[in-house]
Amino acid sequence: MGSFHLAKMSLRNAFKKPATKMYPVVAPTFTSRSKGHVANDIENCIFCGLCQRRCPTHAISVNKDETSWAIDRFSCIQCLSCVRICPKKCLSMAPQYTLPATEKSTETFYKPEQAAMSPVNTERPE
Amino acid sequence: MAERTIIPFGPQHPVLPEPLHLDLVLEDERVVEAIPQIGFIHRGLEKLVAKKDFQQFVLVAERICGICAFGHSLGYSETVEALMGIEVPRRAEYLRVIWHELSRIHSHLLWLGLLADAFGYENLFMQCWRLREYVLDIFEATTGGRVILTACKVGGVEQDIEDGELAGIVRVLDGMRAEYGELLRTFLKDRSVKSRLVGVGHLTKEQAHEFACVGPFGRASGIEEDIRLFGFGAYGDLSNFEPVVSQDGDGYARSEVRAREILQSIDIIKELVEKIPAGPIDQKIKDVPAEGAYAVSRLEQPRGECFYFAKGNGTKFLERFRIRTPTSQNIAGMVHTLQGCDLADVPLNVLTIDPCISCTER
Ligand code: SF4
Ligand code: SF4
Repeated sequence: MGSFHLAKMSLRNAFKKPATKMYPVVAPTFTSRSKGHVANDIENCIFCGLCQRRCPTHAISVNKDETSWAIDRFSCIQCLSCVRICPKKCLSMAPQYTLPATEKSTETFYKPEQAAMSPVNTERPE
Repeated sequence: MAERTIIPFGPQHPVLPEPLHLDLVLEDERVVEAIPQIGFIHRGLEKLVAKKDFQQFVLVAERICGICAFGHSLGYSETVEALMGIEVPRRAEYLRVIWHELSRIHSHLLWLGLLADAFGYENLFMQCWRLREYVLDIFEATTGGRVILTACKVGGVEQDIEDGELAGIVRVLDGMRAEYGELLRTFLKDRSVKSRLVGVGHLTKEQAHEFACVGPFGRASGIEEDIRLFGFGAYGDLSNFEPVVSQDGDGYARSEVRAREILQSIDIIKELVEKIPAGPIDQKIKDVPAEGAYAVSRLEQPRGECFYFAKGNGTKFLERFRIRTPTSQNIAGMVHTLQGCDLADVPLNVLTIDPCISCTER
């Protein structure tokens, strides 16, 4: 019995740094495995479409003719299925989370030489 | 006789952690009867077996619950493996149990924190959740996710934990154990904690049997049952496993059982890290579940026994998948503990079964 069993820990805490981080002033730390968003090294992509077929949320669409690869970041659940199946290993999981937005949008990547010819905007929408 | 009033309680209520609705029949401040109602967050996840193939469905199974997320992916995988007769490599079984026990630690710490919050001990609540953060950090370092791990799959696990990392996990847990000792002392010895928990929501062993209570809720009333005793997977290799049991059957006993289970889980992880064999971590899957074949499996989730059923139909989609969760078993016992208690103790009694309505409704 007795009270104040937590007193020692509380006192120690009073002189320690906070256990939480002052985000966004302090940047979050990620590990090498942290799942943020799917990144595509588009130069190596062969547009085989395996990632599109494997994705459980249908977030990816691959267009072989236009050599484009598009992802709906708001549908992606960071399951890594696409990263694991990609035969060219051009997909990877990058740590930074998708930024919040007011509407859903897809992000499209074009093969570089195609991009020069294509009239479509290749930039990520701001 | 005092006049009876009926107070609707929940599903949205500041003191309830989960969307459970209770109609409380009161005589003055005393509860005479509690009529539970669930069904506010049904998402139809079981039906999704018709839309996602049996290998993808593990991702859905994981999303049944945010706390036993890994447990559900494990339970689903084990059921489908039993259905298809797949032998899982030993290393994968060990890794699964390590992650599962880590989930138990974080689930129990979360619950202890909520309990402390329910009886108004904010400091204790914060400290529990601070320790829980260590486990979430381990999850992030080993799988990349903090809540949804995506670590388990049919036939094995998705990624290995290197031996160096395993040793690191044990170091973190050892460091945590020292700090946790102080919290444990507070939960078990502190006068203010005891005054809120001892004798609250009493359930005898006979009643616990009668209502078929499972998990820490049942064990706190003296039911010596724990699915881990059956030794499925890597649990079979533990040198000694004794379920944590208490005979008192009140709120204090329930917090004691869960608090001690955290230490037990740390021991299990340490033992498995010592014994873990080298080898492959997954098994290639070529066929699909046969038509008409079915399998069941059981798993000790942090909240108690969870039961899984799966049936194949010869395609890559399952015919049926069904889960019976520990909370759906424990609601009857909870309703009993509510009868005769004070209105002020209702949130505490609801909490002591560690309800997880999102699992229960799926
Ligand atoms: S699987 Fe890889 S190579 Fe194939 S389309 Fe997807 S990203 Fe490109
Ligand atoms: S991580 Fe999963 S959900 Fe996201 S794009 Fe890849 S397969 Fe689809």
